[in-house]
Amino acid sequence: MRFRLDKSSGVPAYRQVVDQVRQALRLGILQPGDQLPTVRDVVTQIAINPNTVHRAYRDLEAQGLTEGRPGRGTFVRRSLEMAPARQAELQQELTAWMHAARSAGLGDEAIAALVAEAARASEKETPT
Amino acid sequence: MNAALETVDLGRRYRTKWGLRDCTLAVPEGSITGLVGPNGAGKSTLLRLAAGLSRPSEGTVRVFGEPVNPNATAHLGRLGYFDQLRPLYDGFRVGEMLQVGRRLNAAWDGASATKWLQDLSIPLHAKVKQLSVGQQAQVALAVCMGKRPDLLLLDEPVASLDPLARRQLLQTLMGAVAEHGTTVFLSSHIVSELEPVCDYMIILAASRVVVSGSIEALRTEHRLLVGQVGLPAPAEVEVISSNRTGRQSTLLVRGRPKAIDPGWEVLEPSLEEIVLAHLTPAAAMPATGVAS
Repeated sequence: MRFRLDKSSGVPAYRQVVDQVRQALRLGILQPGDQLPTVRDVVTQIAINPNTVHRAYRDLEAQGLTEGRPGRGTFVRRSLEMAPARQAELQQELTAWMHAARSAGLGDEAIAALVAEAARASEKETPT
Repeated sequence: MNAALETVDLGRRYRTKWGLRDCTLAVPEGSITGLVGPNGAGKSTLLRLAAGLSRPSEGTVRVFGEPVNPNATAHLGRLGYFDQLRPLYDGFRVGEMLQVGRRLNAAWDGASATKWLQDLSIPLHAKVKQLSVGQQAQVALAVCMGKRPDLLLLDEPVASLDPLARRQLLQTLMGAVAEHGTTVFLSSHIVSELEPVCDYMIILAASRVVVSGSIEALRTEHRLLVGQVGLPAPAEVEVISSNRTGRQSTLLVRGRPKAIDPGWEVLEPSLEEIVLAHLTPAAAMPATGVAS
């Protein structure tokens, strides 16, 4: 996988690396058993401090998503993939909801606020 | 943490003027430390003293615990240094520059220096003067890294390069650091350039160290407060800089305010804002109506 660094986002670089790996796991770009790029590969791609990548990889390992094998590299332990059928269905429902929200006169900002609020509320209830 | 480079009350006088004064700092081993400050702050003077290229007028400078002495050579093998005047000979071919590196250094890793340049498609038979500025910087870095230094001192390594060459140089530099664990101390006056590559930062102004610390700590301990003019600053914070525009007052403070007037909006400043605030301190600004 290839990483990218958004310098203007204000999101710390290690966070961006973690998020991009999680996204790759969700999209099936990375699958269990796959090796993550070496720290050297990542820093030569996006010119960031190697310690930042080490930290991101430690975070992913702490989340149980990857494991470091001494002398060999970092490997994916489990994926975050959704069942593709269910994903399409969920997307449809969300699109329908978006249309409903727009016809109710909600703007982008109001929609984003509602989504964020719902995400926050569901985080407390749904076991991960 | 051990220091790769340590200075105590270091000073260097040029005739009547001090290029650096009372400079006490430490560059942690294994870090990539950025040195920022305005032109004339003493960045180059400091790096030259650290490299043993000039002699201190007062104070001491140590590299891995050993005092740096222009007449001693023991520490030189552990040091790599390059500045904007890259140490290359125009008429030499790239391969010949690597030969120079091999003959001048007791320990020399020619294979990786050669591979490094091949990966960048820099031909070994090309003459240095035929290369682009960016390629010349890459050759200088390859010669520097060929001796496998434990501490790399870089004075404005990317200042004269275009954005693409900057990125390429920083990419190869980070790759080399990841591989060898080299400590790097590099100067720049572009903070946004340093932020992704550095984990420590030292701010130098008027030949003195103003701030030094890990970038993460700097970011967590500073806050930006925006509110109406006349609002009192929170008691337990240090006001680094304050600004007033119309009715709006903007403070950059150090320390986490516990009880804060709800009239203040509390924001996380960018690293650049933190650096600029320290370079233009509150005392130097006009009165702001802020209780101190």
